Amino acid sequence: MWRDAALVAGKDLRLELRSRVAINQVAPFALLVLVLFAFALDPDRGILARATAGLYWVAVLFSAVLAVQRAFAVEVADGVRDGLRLSGLDPAGIFVGKVAALAAQLLVLEALLGLGVVVFYDADVAGMLLLVPTCLAATLGVAAAGSLYGILSAGLRVKETILPLLLLPVVAPVLVAATQAFEAGLSGPTSDGWRWLGLLIVFAAAYVGLGLTTFDLLLEES
Amino acid sequence: MNDSTASTGTRVLGSITLVGFAALLLFGLVLSPADAAQGELVRMMYVHVPTAFVAFGAFTVTVAASVAYLLRRTEWWDLVAHGSAEIGAVLLAATLVSGMLWGRPTWGVYWTWDARLTTTALLFVLVLGYLAVRRLPLDRDKRAGLAAVVGLLLLPTTIVCHYATTWWRTLHQGPTIARADPQIDGLLLFTLVLGLAVFALLYVWMMVHRFRVLYLEHRVEDLGLDTAIAERRREASGALATPRPATGPVT
Repeated sequence: MWRDAALVAGKDLRLELRSRVAINQVAPFALLVLVLFAFALDPDRGILARATAGLYWVAVLFSAVLAVQRAFAVEVADGVRDGLRLSGLDPAGIFVGKVAALAAQLLVLEALLGLGVVVFYDADVAGMLLLVPTCLAATLGVAAAGSLYGILSAGLRVKETILPLLLLPVVAPVLVAATQAFEAGLSGPTSDGWRWLGLLIVFAAAYVGLGLTTFDLLLEES
Repeated sequence: MNDSTASTGTRVLGSITLVGFAALLLFGLVLSPADAAQGELVRMMYVHVPTAFVAFGAFTVTVAASVAYLLRRTEWWDLVAHGSAEIGAVLLAATLVSGMLWGRPTWGVYWTWDARLTTTALLFVLVLGYLAVRRLPLDRDKRAGLAAVVGLLLLPTTIVCHYATTWWRTLHQGPTIARADPQIDGLLLFTLVLGLAVFALLYVWMMVHRFRVLYLEHRVEDLGLDTAIAERRREASGALATPRPATGPVT
């Protein structure tokens, strides 16, 4: 399974390295969302500073929808999905590979967005000890849920519109938990933040587990 | 020939349900006393609580039927999952609306970002997504399989949402009835239980009809397909009135 996962993840990351869709299109979009928030919420009044954690994660989720769409659009073109099905790779391995590649791209995106909020929103990054594991757990959760719904909607003609409708409510708990953990982390590590990190880990574990067990079904159905 | 989806059984069931609603109106609006703390507003509870319970029950049926469909792959479970989700969505909408009407005079706002409200709203959106999958223009078996997986995912998602939002904030009152010493007056409790029973009956009644309509929709689809195939065959055989000699494989 791990070898299959490494193959699929390697394929996806190689695709990204050569096509640069995530870095040339999704990352600028994420930064654009940050700028739009700044236009919408008057930066002088301190609203932006108070809402930084939430806005950061909303930007991450919007970008994640695009990243998921991209990750599974490459599987639909030229019947790659049929190839995957026929390749004899372990479906669980394919799932882990997709999640790993997606998570790697999202982490780069989050680092970039982190830089964005420090520069644009004047965020003070105090509790790195909490922020980094929060990013890791939230990213894994979003990547796992995203891969599940991504493959599910991949073959559909309405995939662009149905994916956000299905995915965003599912990852809403990540938004709540990661925002709370970030607020704790930005104002210095507190005991409250660790509880939210725990919830993020449970969420990630739940969706990775679901993906490992149901991905073969989804690969067949999609 | 029977030209509706009703049968003797559903007519009896429907009559009992309607009588039940009349009784619920009588008990809810006339016979039961006003609550000590909430006053007349408590009467909203006889709609709010039963619709919420039955809606959550309906989604449980959808999840269970989705699992059963994935195991058995029969049309029956697919139709049960579909019908139950639709009726559950309508009931959940009634829960949300009645809750808002109750919340405005009680809490002073229509909506508040309380844990249970937020979970319910998210569940509602999730179910709308599920019903959107149900409407996808796809091959029937494929759509049934996709919908079953989406339906199956409703459960873990709702559980996670529940915990996330409970920690986040809570204003909604905790459970009142499911405790050792129910904190509720006798006649109020009776009316509430009556409401639950009536809405459960309504669910079963609508469910039977919805199931039959869905089943007939599928049959109409099949019939349309069969007719189209038969027409093509007729055209083909008409065009080939003088059969050509079969020389080798057709290219």
